[in-house]
Amino acid sequence: MDFNFLNDYFMFFIHGAKITLLLSIFTIFLGVLMGIVLALLRLSNNVVLKSISAAYIEFIRGTPLLVQLYIVYYGLPLIGIEFPDIDALGSSFPDLMSGVVALSLNSGAYVSEIIRAGIQAVEKGQMEASRSLGLTYGMSMYYIILPQAFKNILPALGNEFITIIKESAIVSIIGIHDLMYNTDIVRGNTYKPFEPLIIAAIMYFIMTFTLSRLIGFVEGRLKVSD
Amino acid sequence: MINVNDMNKSFGDLHVLKDINMNITKGEVVVIIGPSGSGKSTLLRCLNLLEVPCDGKITFQGIDITDEKNDINKLRQDMGMVFQQFNLFPHKNVLENITLAPMKLKKINKEKAVKIAMDLLKQVGLEDKHFTYPNQLSGGQKQRIAIARALAMSPDVMLFDEPTSALDPEMVGEVLQVMKQLASDGMTMAIVTHEMGFAKEVADRVVFMDEGSIVEVAEPKKIFSNPENPRTKNFLGKVLSVS
Repeated sequence: MDFNFLNDYFMFFIHGAKITLLLSIFTIFLGVLMGIVLALLRLSNNVVLKSISAAYIEFIRGTPLLVQLYIVYYGLPLIGIEFPDIDALGSSFPDLMSGVVALSLNSGAYVSEIIRAGIQAVEKGQMEASRSLGLTYGMSMYYIILPQAFKNILPALGNEFITIIKESAIVSIIGIHDLMYNTDIVRGNTYKPFEPLIIAAIMYFIMTFTLSRLIGFVEGRLKVSD
Repeated sequence: MINVNDMNKSFGDLHVLKDINMNITKGEVVVIIGPSGSGKSTLLRCLNLLEVPCDGKITFQGIDITDEKNDINKLRQDMGMVFQQFNLFPHKNVLENITLAPMKLKKINKEKAVKIAMDLLKQVGLEDKHFTYPNQLSGGQKQRIAIARALAMSPDVMLFDEPTSALDPEMVGEVLQVMKQLASDGMTMAIVTHEMGFAKEVADRVVFMDEGSIVEVAEPKKIFSNPENPRTKNFLGKVLSVS
């Protein structure tokens, strides 16, 4: 094995990793936001809202991410949503946004199922106690239920975040210059189909391992009240 | 203070409360007794609408709480409730448990809320536990904190749903003591309990329920020594012979 190509291409991997990270952070943020909304809809008493949320989750879980990515990539411009073509760390901003939107729409469905399970795992008496004090449903959710649910679901949520980082590699297919895309370029330029993949794997692993340690640390901090 | 008129409640086909009529006047301690499944807890939970009655009317200080136009959240601020399972918030320490509602709902500043909380903790004999988390407390301590939490909103009435049923026997006394003190301070209280001794001593009126109906209402002296209804007699015969 020959890793001499790193002399010329190392920064290529770094730039790719930056895009992957950027993409993942936005996706995690938007995915969680969407997940909370979908979970609350799913748990509401309104049959219409409930069904919309359930149908959405089923659809996302039942179709490939690649198909969803294409639908967003070609679909957004069709329904008149276009992002300004500004430079985003060397990548095209509209492409990047397509990636973020598709990954968030996908992740939101999975996150919502995690959050729903977490909310339902909080004892029923907690909501009753909170309501009996006069707090509204929303306040009870915000101050009492969600913080406890969050603690329950942190490990599962961590898994989902790690999945996002890994699955984000799929956006290379719409030409976003993420770690995977840049790796492919190096493979082509150097006529080395194998070695660059090792570098990519190591870099993905560094990102996911760091994240999993970070989540482990937060879990430890939240254990104070146990 | 609380009036219940012809209230019914069903869970599906199960008719758990049948034509309930009841009133609780200011400063009165009403104890509800009866066999398991007689609807005592459901009745109590209807009083602050944790269970929504199917029909009938419940008024609290003259306001119809079953009318959706009236803000139940506002009304609940004046009705404290204590649960069998305590239901303290495990992610918050004792002080935060008590100050949350006053700070968020009454917009009392933190300093003042903490002062109120500390006074209440003193009242229930737990002023040294203010930074403790619920999971480090015994059952009796948890229930006393739960009472303090409800009192922090300075409610006009306190509802107790079997407050000592989940406690180890040696901790029942400390909780009943706090409730007794509360009663003698003039708090209006509705209590579902199996503690007959406590009912005898503290109640102004005892309500006996069986199979979803109120069977008999009387002063404790009367109901415990000379119950009128045979079902009351039967029930009390069973529970009192044990103790």
